[in-house]
Amino acid sequence: MYCIVTRDPIDTAGLLRRVRSDADGAVLIFAGVVRDHHEGRAVEALAYEVYEEMAVEKIEMICKEVASRFEVGELAVAHRVGELTVGDISVVIAVAAPHRDAAYKASREIIERVKGEVPIWKRERYSDGGEVWRDGAVPDVPEAEKP
Amino acid sequence: MRVKCLFFAAYRDIFGAEQIDLELPEGSTLGALIEDVRARAGVCAAVLPRQLVVAVNREYAPVETVLRDGDEVALIPPVAGG
Repeated sequence: MYCIVTRDPIDTAGLLRRVRSDADGAVLIFAGVVRDHHEGRAVEALAYEVYEEMAVEKIEMICKEVASRFEVGELAVAHRVGELTVGDISVVIAVAAPHRDAAYKASREIIERVKGEVPIWKRERYSDGGEVWRDGAVPDVPEAEKP
Repeated sequence: MRVKCLFFAAYRDIFGAEQIDLELPEGSTLGALIEDVRARAGVCAAVLPRQLVVAVNREYAPVETVLRDGDEVALIPPVAGG
């Protein structure tokens, strides 16, 4: 298992090589990419911020839980932070598995949980000059303060 | 006892700080810290959600958690990774 948060471009091919083994018939790569629009506004750039120590621990925990539920081999997750522009890869999830079905399911669960639980935030800068912290997901944790 | 409180993203803008050190009575709970911190937000307190998600020592934690000297508390705004 290899989970990192990085300010550098993600080495997607390197992650593929890292998870692949002779026992696996599938390596699935998911890449999240910065797109040029959000809710009708033209997006120019994004700044990702992270609570790094907790984020890495959270991603590792998610991978461990997913690995225990699906028949998969090695997993790797890399999340980029800092300034990104349209077309940049923000996150890569690499899942190796003997068979593709488990790889698809595991990859899907990892990305959904990364988006919903890991302390990472993004500030969007729009072509019209506006800039805003993007609305996010409230981590679905039973520990949240009661209203 | 002294506890470190971290603010990220939108919360950092609200509080105008990345980090503050809080002096709390021994045995204080996370809930008490949250009340203290809400009071510091001043007029901006209104934009804080009614339910704050908080981590203690990098784990999401319930408000009943009893804090200890040196703990690292972080207020976690809604997350938007991916």
